[in-house]
Amino acid sequence: MDYLIRFSQSHETFRLPEIEALAVIEGIDMKVVSYSLESPFCIVSLPSSAAAKQLIQRSILAMSVHELWGSGGDLSTVHSHVRETTSHLWERYMTCSFKFSIDSYQGSRTADEKVSIINSFAYLGFAGPIRMRGADEEFTLFEDWEWNSTPLGIPDPKYYYFGRYLGSGARDLPKKLDLKKRRYISTTSMDAELALVTANLALAAPGKIMYDPFVGTGSFPIACAQFGAVAFGSDIDGRSIRGDEKNRTLKGNFEQYGLLGRLGGMFTADLTNSPIRRVPLRYDGDGVTGRLFDGIVCDPPYGVREGLRVLGVRDPEKCPWVIPKGKEMYKDPDFIPPRKPYSFLAMLDSILQFSAETLVDHGRLSFWMPTANDENQEIPVPTHPYLEIVSICTQSFNKWSRRLITYRRIPDVEVDPRAMKAREERISIGKTADELNPFRKAYFSKFEA
Amino acid sequence: MKVLTLNFLTCAVKTCKASSDSFPLHPKDAELASDDVELNPQLLVNLLPRIDWNALRTTSTELGFPQLPEQPPTAEELQADEKMLKDLHTLLMETQLMEGKLVCGHCGHEYAVREGIANFLLPSHLV
Repeated sequence: MDYLIRFSQSHETFRLPEIEALAVIEGIDMKVVSYSLESPFCIVSLPSSAAAKQLIQRSILAMSVHELWGSGGDLSTVHSHVRETTSHLWERYMTCSFKFSIDSYQGSRTADEKVSIINSFAYLGFAGPIRMRGADEEFTLFEDWEWNSTPLGIPDPKYYYFGRYLGSGARDLPKKLDLKKRRYISTTSMDAELALVTANLALAAPGKIMYDPFVGTGSFPIACAQFGAVAFGSDIDGRSIRGDEKNRTLKGNFEQYGLLGRLGGMFTADLTNSPIRRVPLRYDGDGVTGRLFDGIVCDPPYGVREGLRVLGVRDPEKCPWVIPKGKEMYKDPDFIPPRKPYSFLAMLDSILQFSAETLVDHGRLSFWMPTANDENQEIPVPTHPYLEIVSICTQSFNKWSRRLITYRRIPDVEVDPRAMKAREERISIGKTADELNPFRKAYFSKFEA
Repeated sequence: MKVLTLNFLTCAVKTCKASSDSFPLHPKDAELASDDVELNPQLLVNLLPRIDWNALRTTSTELGFPQLPEQPPTAEELQADEKMLKDLHTLLMETQLMEGKLVCGHCGHEYAVREGIANFLLPSHLV
């Protein structure tokens, strides 16, 4: 049967990838019948109403799901469609309490018009009591209007859908994890809504192990833990994890949401010198041995608001004393190891390589990367022979945008050895932050070519 | 950090990675804490193939927990064995390493653990 998903009309490019990810998590066979970025109404084909409810329950961007009874370009088409396809269902709803409502997108109706439209469904013959609150069944007529229809005086919507309400998404979760009410955040904490969407795309679920190598104040691990996963994280700057070592700490955030049991472990580490156990990539592995994570989620530093640094000395010839001094001092508890700027593209490559080595088969990597909107300065989507791109979602700002890219770790046997051979290390030889990071350079020159 | 984390961590020094002595890291002067966490059998079964059993046996003994059996249980055995589930849950998910050091058995480097957060940053001569 066909079902209607009522999306919120925001973060449009994230909506379908999120629902598709949820179908994978729940193991539901879903086919998209019609979908458009310009409309909040999406029609999908699903095996059952129970599956539809299950599919939507943890969606952040879908508001509700409805059993589709009819649709059409005008009301009479909707009525004949409803009569044709659902007359055998009407009897079930004869005596229960019910509610009718109209959901107009980009348009509006007067109260009188609404009543007369609702009354045109009288042929359904429902005899139960009408309840505007807590009705057993809710029926909704969705109207898809042209943009700006009220000022333009357009009399009717371009399309109608009529359906029976089944269930809602998890639109309350972003409020629960709202950054404004979180005890401890920093300048680059990911907002709750997008962190939750990221966790959905990475298939976070009960019993799974997730990891964030750029954990900061813990936005992603919190979102993953909210969906039941056990979350690990690390950051090159331990201060972001420790916070003020009293109330405002990463651990305190987990405590605030009652998720402490799912906080696996946090540690200070650099991705290019990671302590995580790994085995070299191979072509005939069993898909499990030596691999730890079901999902990796991260928002790596772009080098703009947050510096992009790894362990090492930037210019050992200029400051020859740094290494011997470190050798002498490193056992001091207050010793802070030197760090050097690192190439943004090399960092992206390190993330992909690390993910290929540590994700289980079909495990997912979801990470954010920025790019300029100008085609000439666009940073290409990084690729890896062991990772297949699942989806690319874009959040657009004025002159730049950031993308959420999701990959799937493919089983070893599906990897093309030639692609792996052809993959050359793209290690940049620059030294300053600008030389190493084309995005940073473009950002600070205001994206002017 | 949960004791489970210790099973995921080796020495961060690149030249140690090839040596089997660099994993697991050995806790030193360890202060442990215990949290009450709800038992999730599905999680433990999911973890089973990812755990390096020999390393876990070493860690368990070093932290003063009872000796684990020589061979890991299969997923079916684990699901059927309530005591095993409970024991593994207590060790991996409820026990936390709060203070102390993690020592590499190969190079001897000591990684400090403070307030449950281990520090794996390396000085420049080891990078």
